[in-house]
Parts: sequence; C-alpha cells; structure tokens
Amino acid sequence: MELLLNLGLGFETALTPVNIVYCFIGVLLGTLIGVLPGIGPTATIAMLLPITLALSPVTSLIMLAGIYYGAQYGGSTTAILVNLPGESSSAVTAIDGYQMARQGQAGPALAAAALGSFFAGTVATLILAVLAPPLTGLALKFGPAEYFSLMFLGLITSVALAHGSVVKALAMVVLGLLLGLVGTDIYTGTPRFTFDFIELADGINFVAVAVGVFGIAEILRNLENEHDRDVTVKHVSNLMPTRHDLRKIAGPVMRGTVLGSLLGVLPGGGHILASFAAYTMEKRISKTPERFGKGAIEGVAAPESANNAGAQTSFIPMLTLGIPSNPVMALMIGAMIIQGITPGPNVVTDEAALFWGLIVSMWIGNLLLVVLNLPLIGLWVRLLKVPYFILFPAILAFSAIGIYSINSNAFDLFAVAVFGVLGYALVKCECEPAPLLLGFVLGPMLEEHLRRAMIISRGDPTVFFTRPLSLALLIIAAAVLILVLMPNVAKKREQVFVEED
Amino acid sequence: MIKRLLGLLAGVVLVGTFASPIAQAQDYPNDTINIVVPFSAGGPTDTVTRLVAESMSKTLGQQIIVENVGGAGGTLGAARVAKAEPDGYTLLLYHIGMATTATLYRKLPYDPKTAFAPVGLVTEVPMVMIARKDFPPNNLQELVTYVKENKDTVTYANAGVGAASHLCGMLFMQAIETPLTTVPYKGTGPALTDLLGGQVDFMCDQTTNTTGQIKAGEVKAYGVFADQRVEALPDLPTIKEGGLEGLSFGIWHGLYAPAGTPDEVVNKLSEALKVALADPNVIKRFAELGTEPVPADQATPEALKAKVASEIDRWKPVIETAGEYAD
Repeated sequence: MELLLNLGLGFETALTPVNIVYCFIGVLLGTLIGVLPGIGPTATIAMLLPITLALSPVTSLIMLAGIYYGAQYGGSTTAILVNLPGESSSAVTAIDGYQMARQGQAGPALAAAALGSFFAGTVATLILAVLAPPLTGLALKFGPAEYFSLMFLGLITSVALAHGSVVKALAMVVLGLLLGLVGTDIYTGTPRFTFDFIELADGINFVAVAVGVFGIAEILRNLENEHDRDVTVKHVSNLMPTRHDLRKIAGPVMRGTVLGSLLGVLPGGGHILASFAAYTMEKRISKTPERFGKGAIEGVAAPESANNAGAQTSFIPMLTLGIPSNPVMALMIGAMIIQGITPGPNVVTDEAALFWGLIVSMWIGNLLLVVLNLPLIGLWVRLLKVPYFILFPAILAFSAIGIYSINSNAFDLFAVAVFGVLGYALVKCECEPAPLLLGFVLGPMLEEHLRRAMIISRGDPTVFFTRPLSLALLIIAAAVLILVLMPNVAKKREQVFVEED
Repeated sequence: MIKRLLGLLAGVVLVGTFASPIAQAQDYPNDTINIVVPFSAGGPTDTVTRLVAESMSKTLGQQIIVENVGGAGGTLGAARVAKAEPDGYTLLLYHIGMATTATLYRKLPYDPKTAFAPVGLVTEVPMVMIARKDFPPNNLQELVTYVKENKDTVTYANAGVGAASHLCGMLFMQAIETPLTTVPYKGTGPALTDLLGGQVDFMCDQTTNTTGQIKAGEVKAYGVFADQRVEALPDLPTIKEGGLEGLSFGIWHGLYAPAGTPDEVVNKLSEALKVALADPNVIKRFAELGTEPVPADQATPEALKAKVASEIDRWKPVIETAGEYAD
C-alpha cells in the first residue's frame, strides 16, 4: 500500500509537462551521443551540468538520468552497425550484433536490443521501487574479499566469450590483464609501465582501447576487401524481428534482466560484469552455442537487457547511500550537491518526491526510448549504405572528438592509433578483442580487491574462504572450472570453441 | 648591410608586438577565457570552479569555459597551464594539491612556486574524521587511546597516495606517534562505501562529502580539522577541542595564471574573483557545499602566493617522514 502511495507520488512528479519534456530531451540527447562513437554520457553530463542550475533539482536529475540510460540504448546502435562500442557494456553487443548486421540482419538486431532494453528497464524500475532498501544491504555486504571472488568468477567464465581457439582466448585475457597493469599502483604510488609518460599515470584510457581494437581495426579490415560491403547493403531487409525471433529472445531477455539488476546494485564495478556475464550465461545454456559469435540474436538481446537493467539499478547505491558506482553516478551526485541536496541515506525520506519522481521517470523514459528508437531503426540501418569514403572518415572524426573530450588530452588519440594497429594485427592472427577488453577491465579490479582484502586481513588468505558470500562465489568458479575440465564436457566444448570461421 | 639590419630590426619589432602580452593587457579580456580544472567533471573542485566562473564571466564580460584535464593527481592539468601562453586566457583552478604535489612528485614538469602567477584564494573546505558506526570509541580522546591499544587490528582508509584523506591520515598518525595499517582506495567514494559496510574502521574526508552521512547517523564523527566548528555540523567539536593541537587543515582552492602574465591582467582577474566571492548566489551555493568563500583580503595574488609557500613547507616534512611518494 505504501508502495502504491509512493509510486503515486512518483507519477505525480514525473508526469508534470515540464518533467516529461526534459525526460524526452534527456533520452533524445542520450540516444544521439550513444550513437556517436566515443562521445559518452560522462562528457555530455559534465558539459550540461551548468545548464541544470536553472532547473529544479528533480527536473535536472530526470534529464541527466535520461542521458545516461539513453546513451546505453544508443551505444548498442553503433556497436551493432559499425562494430564501435563506446563502453565496456556494448563491447559484448558488438560480438553478435555486428555479425548480424553483416548478414543483413541489422534491423532485427537493433529491434532485439531496443525491446530487450525496454523490458529490462521496466523490470529494473520495479526492482528499484520495491527492493531499493533491502538491496542496499546486499551492496554493503560486499567487501574486498567478495569483490575479488566475483571478479575471479568473471575471469574464469570469460573464456566462453571467444568463439575461436581457447588458447588464443586465454592469451587475449592475459594480454588484457597486462595492459590493465599500466598506471600508478594505488597502494604504493609507484608508476608501472608508464615509461615516464605522465599521461599514463592513471592507466590507459578504456575508450581509447575499445575504439582502437574494435573500431579502427574493423575499419582497416574493411578497407582490405571492399566487396563484403556490397553484400551487406543488398541484404538489409526485414527491419522487425519475426515471431520466431521474439520467441528466441524472450528467455535471454528475462535472464539478462535478472542478472543485470543484481550486478548493477554492487557499487564496486558489478555493472561492468553485467553484459559479459549475461552473454556468457546464454552461450553456456544454449543448445546451439556454435551460433554465438556468428550472429546469434540471443547474444544481442541478453547483454543489452543486462546492461540496461544494470544501468538502472546502479542508481540504488547512489540514491540510498549517496555512493557513486561509476563516473556518471559521481556526476549525478555532483548535480545533487549543486542543487543543494545532500546525497546520503536521507534522500529517500527528505526528498521523497525527487526519489520517486526520478524512479517513475525512468520507466517513462524507457517508454519514450522505444517510441523514439523503433521508428528510427530504418534510418540507422540506412547508415550502412553510406559509402565507405564518407562513413569511415566521419567515424574517425567523431571518435577522435569524443576521445579527446574525455580528458582534453592528445595522448589518448595516439593511444587509439596504437590500439587500432594492435587490433588489426589481432584480427590477422584470428584473436578476439572481447576477452582482451574483459581482462583489461577486470584485471586492475581483481588486483585492487585482492590486495585490499589481504591488507585488511593482515595477510591471511583464508579470508576468501571464511566469508560466506566470497566462498559461495569461489565454489561457483570451481564448479565452472570442473565442468570445463570434465572429459565429456571437454569434448562438447571443443565443438563449441573450435569451429571453422 | 644596413638594409639587412633594418629588416632584422623590423622583424624583431614585429615579433615583439605579437609576442608582447603588454600590448594586449589594456583591453583584456577581449576573448573567451579557459579555466582548466585538473580533475574530472562533477567533483568538488569542478563544482567550485563552475560556480565562480559563472559569476566572473559576468564581471569580465567574456565567456569562461571550464575545461577538465584530469590525471596524475591534478599535475597533468597544472602542467598544461604552466606551459600555456601567459596572456590571461588560460587559467588554472587547483586545490591543496598545488602544494603537496611539490613533494609527492619528485619529477614534476614544473615548479609550483615559480611556474604560476597566483590570482587569489577561493575557498577552504575543512576535513572531518569519521568511523564506521559500530566502531567502539565515542570521542576523539577515546579514539586516540583505542587506536594506540589496538594498533595491530585497526584499519585506516584513504583515497590513494597523495589524496587529502591520505595526508590527513599521515598527519594524525604522526601526531599520535602510532603508525597504522592504511587501506588505499581509488577516491573517497569507494572508501566511504567500505566504511559504511564496516570493512574498514575510520578515515578522513571533506565535510562536503560526509555531512549527509554524519547527520543520518550512518557514520561516527570525531572532529573537524578546523579552528572553528562548521555551520553545517554545529554539534561536532574541532580536533583541537578534542585535544590535538596544530592539526587544522582543509582543502583550499586557488586560481592561477601562468607565470609571466602581466600584473594588470592578474589584478583584473583578482578583482573579478573578489566580486564573484561576494556574489550572494555563489555564497549560497558554497554554503550548500558545506563551505564558504574566503574573505576578500585572501582573494589576492599575495595571499595565495604566501599560502602556496607556507603549505609546501608544511607538507614537505610530513610527506618525507612518511616516505610515501606518488611517483
């Protein structure tokens, strides 16, 4: 009953004309910056912060939130159409989404992403409304030991991301881990592998790596054989998924949503795992895992749902604890402070209209996104018909602008170039960039939490086994390992991994 | 020969006019001004800058663009301004890091004392000592006793080498002559998360970030590192009241131009800064951030120059004694 009253208050707040208008502006802007490679929500929200001073707190937060989840939506578009993921989450979508686009299935891929995201957004909004307080407790139970075990599990399962040889996938994960080591060691302040470049003190820029190994490498590869291109264009048909497609994505969308919602709550980087984990899970339980990596619609629907659900539930620690789970949430906290709201546990009670208004606005925003995006699919797909000599320079220019805008640092642009060449070399060696990216993202977090847990336990490694949540995660990781190593499973796995490409 | 000499002279004069900042000083500013914030957008320094910039731009009649150049504890952004044209169109708003990086980084590409023309101090946010809510000690004296007795099990969280919370911990440990296990994080956000979850015992943070948690009773607060109590938390004693002398310390922010910027330009900027700090809107927003503008006599080049020098001298021995460097 109280929930209904609260939701009523939320609808009352979110459905005022001015809030609907700003919600729309937010998701529209978000979609646009999501579609443009490289330009992320962090830079956009930062640039818009001064403007929000003129708005009421709830209106400005509704708009900024709209940009955030709108960008998650738009990001998948570029990942699917041109293999350019701007964020770690859409990197997974690119694996199968881009393959679908190459086979002329761009429309259904985009629709699956949009519908999956909408469903996930709706569920996550409900979860946010019903479970925010109890889930906050879960987030606080995750200490360094638990995070370490979670990341460990993530790495163990990551090999499933590859659809080529297992050895190569492992090599890519390790290469990613090594690249992740670059930067200042936060425990001692010692610079590692920075070669006296002060620009590397905070590590290699993630967006530079992602755009380089996925985007630039893909462009180089395409320049090699332009014939592929005509094939793609001619076959663009059936913009909407068939009923068969819809039936196929129903399960993945639901599982992705649950997984994403849970991982999104964890403030220590759980949301990063969401799309990776969802993809891995679908591939594991699929009866035809060999289709993954070659344009499986489940491989688009599941990570996109997980990603969107995680984006939404990552508001939980921000709203209920005043803790940012990612840079965008840090900006949202900044926006609240500028507006004179002290972020913290009191926001739910002291600013009830803001809290519930924001939650309800997310659902409205997701609805607006579907209404906005489904008719646009035809337009996006037509992007593929733009000739290479226009499309590629445009992609490069937008990527460069976006990457430069993150730190106003030319060094990051050189990094893109270097990783573009590296990515191209990897393509030539038939190595997958996705496991590399996962290693790059998870490696530093794995190390950070491992060492922190060990400092707190004063060097006692049993801490990972005596804490129940951590133990449970490690047992799951062990189970996954055993499954992989068991002979008959291994046989089956060979069919999974080693296929003709 | 004479022709060649004349040509050379003309060349020198021409170059001179173009390079001379004095020629531009009278009608300054006639172009957009950039203020570099050496941290990512949305953080406290960024917020402070944007509020001040909005007001200064009205006074100066020119648009001010805030540019975020984050990385390496703020030294990347500072290095960029140190190398910028000293014409008053590229400025830097940097916090206490201007003084501490002088010792924390042994290979800094600029000298914090000479590479900048200080414009004026902007604000100072005090630090506050907090702990997880079930941590046994209830006040500062109890904390000191408890920490000394349990020095092998107590954990102190900070936001990484060189962060304000790290300096605060160094200062505290040296004051009570008890080294403790420190647990570094990437920023105070995750550190606060683990404090709320009871994974670590205590830490320091700016009042800006913690007032909400303290008021809600989610964390215990032991004292504020200022000479007077802060308005937002009137019941919280100062560290001095709690019996520890000489530990007052806050996160101060200053506005800088590159060294060599003409005095006229610096003074114009300083006057505009004073106007901004007296702006009721700025004062109101600062108060919501848990801080206040410095008095007008502090928003001057001399005051900031003195502050940088005295803070460098203050932190040098603290950092060197701890032997913890950021490079």
